[in-house]
Amino acid sequence: MSLLEVRGLSKAFGGVRAVANVTFEVNAGELLALIGPNGAGKSTCFNMLNGQLTPDAGAIAFEGQSITGMKPRQVWRRGVGRTFQITATFSSMTVRENVQVALLSHHGRLKSLFTRACDQFVDEANALLERVGMRPQAERPCSVLAYGDLKRLELAVALANKPRLLLMDEPTAGMAPKERIALMALAADIVRTDNIGVLFTEHDMDVVFAHASRMIVLNRGELIAAGAPAAVRADPEVQRIYLGSRH
Amino acid sequence: MSPDAFAVQFLNGLASASTLFLIAVGLSLIFGVTRIVNFAHGSFYMLGIFVAYSLVTRIGDSPFGFWVSMLLAALVVAIVGLLVELVLLRRIYQAPELFQLLATFAVVLIVRDATLAIWGPEDLLGPRAPGLKGSVDILGRQFPTYDLVLICIGPAVLAALWFVLTRTRFGVLIRAATQDRDMVGALGVNQAWLFSGVFALGAFLAALGGALQLPREPANLGIDLVAIGEAFVVVVVGGMGSIPGAFLAAFIIAEIKAMCFAIGQTTLFGVSFSFSKLTLVVEFLVMAAVLIWRPWGLMGRPGAATRNAAEIEVPLKPADARTRKLGWVVLIALVLLPLVGTAFPYTIVLSIDILVAVLFATSLHFIMGPGGMHSFGHAAYFGLGAYGAGLLVKQLGWPMEGALAAAPVAAAVGALIFGWFCVRLSGVYLAMLTLAFAQIVWSIAFQWDELTGGSNGIVGLWPAEWLSEKWAYYYLTLTLTVAGVLLLWRVLLAPFGYALRAGRDSPLRADAIGIDVFHTQWMGFVLAGAVCGVAGGLFAFSKGSIAPEAISVGRSIDGLVMVLLGGIQTLSGPVVGAALFTWLQDLIAREFQYWRAALGFTILVLVLAFPLGVAGSIKRLFVKEVA
Repeated sequence: MSLLEVRGLSKAFGGVRAVANVTFEVNAGELLALIGPNGAGKSTCFNMLNGQLTPDAGAIAFEGQSITGMKPRQVWRRGVGRTFQITATFSSMTVRENVQVALLSHHGRLKSLFTRACDQFVDEANALLERVGMRPQAERPCSVLAYGDLKRLELAVALANKPRLLLMDEPTAGMAPKERIALMALAADIVRTDNIGVLFTEHDMDVVFAHASRMIVLNRGELIAAGAPAAVRADPEVQRIYLGSRH
Repeated sequence: MSPDAFAVQFLNGLASASTLFLIAVGLSLIFGVTRIVNFAHGSFYMLGIFVAYSLVTRIGDSPFGFWVSMLLAALVVAIVGLLVELVLLRRIYQAPELFQLLATFAVVLIVRDATLAIWGPEDLLGPRAPGLKGSVDILGRQFPTYDLVLICIGPAVLAALWFVLTRTRFGVLIRAATQDRDMVGALGVNQAWLFSGVFALGAFLAALGGALQLPREPANLGIDLVAIGEAFVVVVVGGMGSIPGAFLAAFIIAEIKAMCFAIGQTTLFGVSFSFSKLTLVVEFLVMAAVLIWRPWGLMGRPGAATRNAAEIEVPLKPADARTRKLGWVVLIALVLLPLVGTAFPYTIVLSIDILVAVLFATSLHFIMGPGGMHSFGHAAYFGLGAYGAGLLVKQLGWPMEGALAAAPVAAAVGALIFGWFCVRLSGVYLAMLTLAFAQIVWSIAFQWDELTGGSNGIVGLWPAEWLSEKWAYYYLTLTLTVAGVLLLWRVLLAPFGYALRAGRDSPLRADAIGIDVFHTQWMGFVLAGAVCGVAGGLFAFSKGSIAPEAISVGRSIDGLVMVLLGGIQTLSGPVVGAALFTWLQDLIAREFQYWRAALGFTILVLVLAFPLGVAGSIKRLFVKEVA
């Protein structure tokens, strides 16, 4: 059984078919890249996977159980973490507090009215920050972080509930080349050590070919290729889309 | 209802709709372009009537003089509006939305007292329009000719505006700015003159609406807040920034009101019910319904995502040793106060007022600041607490202690119901729905004579025997206020408070880490309501009575001013703001006849000098490094 099974996923906005009948799987221990030109439906696909959008048709199963139509917070409780294309963090909190909130939520402690939040799960939060290389900045307000650091913080937040599947929407967008390599190396390391699955979208083909175990290609909402990076690179249809057809 | 009565009321409704449209359309234009919620818009309307009175009584004998007076009055007020924009608003376009609101509210206070100084406190009834003094026969009933003219003016202005907006460059820019202000700026349009122009145009239309009312109703000093309330409702119902929407909404609301008058007293399901009493609240009922069903208004569009990130805020921290020490000093001083206070009995009375205000403002800050829900109707929960306690004493004969204990319950039940609707919305729409609910509570208190004592309220609410001495009641108030404030602070630093702030900072991320944002905000709303109810209960027993006036929109606004004055980003902000505001208001009100204007100028100075609020700015002095 695959970790995540997506069958016939479809979504239309008005008359535009953003995602049409897309089927694929994500396995534990693999870094699966979802690529495609602008407007191919990558983000729409992502937003359906974590419950931000409701699919018009199709089924999504995580660890054999349907998560189709669930709310994001319910999907997260099942063990699916995600990072956003444009980082979403809590700007009025410190770096560590951002992670602490996620840990408090994971442990079902957010309804507590009188305990002091900043004293809870400090060690766990520090450990997560250590893992993404943000430990030295734990005390800083989140609002003053550089963009690359925000991305790493998001990753720490996403790991707080020990997800078995991680969805990363453009994890390296807006980062310097060196940072990109470091972040993807980190993601690859997490996949290896925790044996989780990662699905990520990415524009930078260097990043994709360097790190992806497998890739799937979307174009105009349809899945047009899937397989190992080398095979996809050689696929004539993929070449046509990315390089243009020969006339 | 007979057909003739129906026809006359329908025409009355149309005449009112014209006026309503004139006020609302300017407000809508200003909001659309500058994103400023202009509280002073009602003041422009009021000024319009007063200026028109002065002009008409001098040159308005002939029809020509009358109509020239109308236009001149509107022009004069347009110039006043232009000055307000140039001198004040231009400095604060970058300030947080709520600060802009506070500044325009200061303008309301100043204009009110300026009007009082120039025209005096009496109502001024203008002469009827020359040449239009008669009436026409409508199905056997008399209908004023002037009102027929008024009916035509609304659509005429709509047509003129339509022409300006679609056929002139100015109009195209207004429409473009309403859709995407950043883009208009990026295209190299000088926004400064566009904003000034729109503001002046809005003031012109409001003043024209006011001037035209002169033959129908007396110029009255309280009319500014009434007008702004109605205009807000029309703008929200029609859709922010939509001119046809404002027209449609003005028509619907004016006609529903007119029909309520026409139906009057009637019997429904065996219960006698007065529809004319409903007129005070019907527009807010309409607004609440529209906001729940179509939050962006009848003809508005769902707002485009704003590109500005949320306000940058320093993370909340538990008090350090120095702050705790300061807290103890203040607390000890407050405990010792009655010892000195025996020499100055008034000190105790004022201190009770201040403490009640502190509790009120802190509970408002809880949902406004960390909760991110800008309530314009916090007086509702104050009122539910006060009236709840009062009714238990008067109607059910409860002892004072029990009634006071029930005050937060009454307020929490109200917050549970209202909050369920309100927290679905955000920004200005949430503010307006909270305002609507507060108006509904107020008008029930005002109208339901048999239960609430109507405008006189409930009297004879005195503390229990053992609290009858002022100092004893002071200690009760002090205990409950300190407990309430510490409770809310504690909750904000607890996981629940973090969840609340998480939902405000990034609903997207909060949802993605398992937080039920709706439920969290709703419960926050209820908790704040309950604490506010305690403040209401304390207030009622300290004054010995509770009347609708004490729970009107004015109290909600006072709360906003307190929170913003103190600084919304700090925990101590509402405490400092409430104390300062209540003390200043008391001081100025006793010393000056024109205390409103003095208060207005004080607020303006504070807004311009301390954009972070008083407590926030003091904190900035001590906390050098943010990072």
